Amino acid sequence: MAIQSPGEPSARGAPVRADTGRLPARAGLGLKPQHFAEILATGPDLGFFEIHAENYLVAGGPFHHYLSRIRERYPLSIHGVGLSIGGAGPLNAAHLERLAALLNRYQPQAFSEHLAWSTHAGVFFNDLLPLPYDNMTLNRVCDHIDQVQEQLQRRLLLENPATYVEFATSTMDEAAFLTEIIRRTGCGLLLDVNNAYVSSVNHHRDLQAYLTALPLSQVGEIHLAGFARDRDAAGAPLLIDTHGAPVAAAVWDFYAFALALLGPTPTLIERDHDIPPLAVLIAEAQYAERLLEPAQRTVREVCA
Amino acid sequence: MSAQHAFAAALLDANAPCPEGLTAWNGSDPTRRFAVYRNNVVSSLIDALAETFPVTLELVGEEFFRAMAGVFVRQAPPQSALLACYGEGFPAFIERFEPARSVPYLADVARLEWLRVRAFHAADANPLPPDRVAQALAAPERLPALRVDCHPSLGVLSSRHAVVSLWAAHQGLDDLARVDPGIPETALVVRPRLAVQVIALPRGGDVLISGFASGLTLGEAAALAVAAATDFDLTAAFALLLRYGALSALHEPAETSL
Repeated sequence: MAIQSPGEPSARGAPVRADTGRLPARAGLGLKPQHFAEILATGPDLGFFEIHAENYLVAGGPFHHYLSRIRERYPLSIHGVGLSIGGAGPLNAAHLERLAALLNRYQPQAFSEHLAWSTHAGVFFNDLLPLPYDNMTLNRVCDHIDQVQEQLQRRLLLENPATYVEFATSTMDEAAFLTEIIRRTGCGLLLDVNNAYVSSVNHHRDLQAYLTALPLSQVGEIHLAGFARDRDAAGAPLLIDTHGAPVAAAVWDFYAFALALLGPTPTLIERDHDIPPLAVLIAEAQYAERLLEPAQRTVREVCA
Repeated sequence: MSAQHAFAAALLDANAPCPEGLTAWNGSDPTRRFAVYRNNVVSSLIDALAETFPVTLELVGEEFFRAMAGVFVRQAPPQSALLACYGEGFPAFIERFEPARSVPYLADVARLEWLRVRAFHAADANPLPPDRVAQALAAPERLPALRVDCHPSLGVLSSRHAVVSLWAAHQGLDDLARVDPGIPETALVVRPRLAVQVIALPRGGDVLISGFASGLTLGEAAALAVAAATDFDLTAAFALLLRYGALSALHEPAETSL
């Protein structure tokens, strides 16, 4: 069974279920423990917060204490980093159950995961590992997404990956692979603009062609982050998706280009390493909102 | 499936060759590109251990810690995506890790740090309310028959080393130069509300608490504590546990027999 967003035809004849709400088409920030108290004390004007699900799959303590209070004031996105949707083995049923309980408790406006694997034969690698884009992988990923959407009773947003290698066995390109997953499962797309940029450099792809080949009407959220620079064995640029730096100028440009096609879309500033003071991240979010504004104006003009 | 298996195996084995079937647009050797994944996996897991064991890291320095943690990560990678649970086996690994033998208290400091992380994420519960304590004290003849629930976050570590003083010195709470690491200490770790507390328990306190945990009455647990430490002061120990919110419920005999 797949969960469709309202008003879309169901590819597998699945029942249509309305979302409990949507993230506002504004900028949000990843929620970090070092910012908990300041957020509650100052109540910054942000569209939403996003958490990594796995950090909150604990029994109690300060994480739940602060998240409960912040959830009362802000929309929430829950972003999984450990489900291993692309894993060769079955999904971890206990992990999925804990996720379901977390979603039930916090009622987020969005839930997302990655087109990647992170667990194999019981070992968790704590990284988003790449997949060959072939039919066998496609079937497996779709089965896993069906299972997740059925158990969580909500639509999943699937994030496009940042990758450093390609596979000789791939038979389709990434955009075609993602498009087919979305068509079959009815899941949505989390467009990580930084990942798209990083992968386009790393694999010498045409970034605009990649974007326009994706089913853009299914984008439910955008991610923006920073990368680090390295080189491959031939000296070609190799960008590393670190989430440890401000959003790069080229990524902001591509974001503006994407917004012109997408219209206003909830946008997360991701920062997981070398985390600066909250004010620095708020400034980045405000910059994203300045770029979101013309997109909103365009939509109003079109609708007028 | 076998392709993913080969990829997974090569991630943790620095000497394994690059998995077959990886390509790059410019025909460059994919080994260098694969190394990005290998590095992400190992260094992110070392980072996770560094976050859980900051005083252990300070005691041996960053370079030594990362090398030691790297050996552990390859031997015992996480079995769960909940990284807060990763590192339970690290103190025992440190104890067996030959190059760390020169710091004999290192493993116990790591055990204390593990108890802190465990307490941080443990289930919440209210500490015993003062009126419940007052009610119990109003009938002293019934105190020995009470059974005591410890707070779900509570952990105890009995060490041959001055584990509490060493830890406190690294929080700036104590002067490291004045700490004699050879003095045995027992640590009580508990998080009654938001903040994790680390305090030194008097001798016998660990026996009292393990008596509570195994379902003995207050009287039975206290008798064991006195047997373990002749100078054990039940009133002082009980007051300490109450003050730090280490107890969450008292049960009359009738309640426990139900």
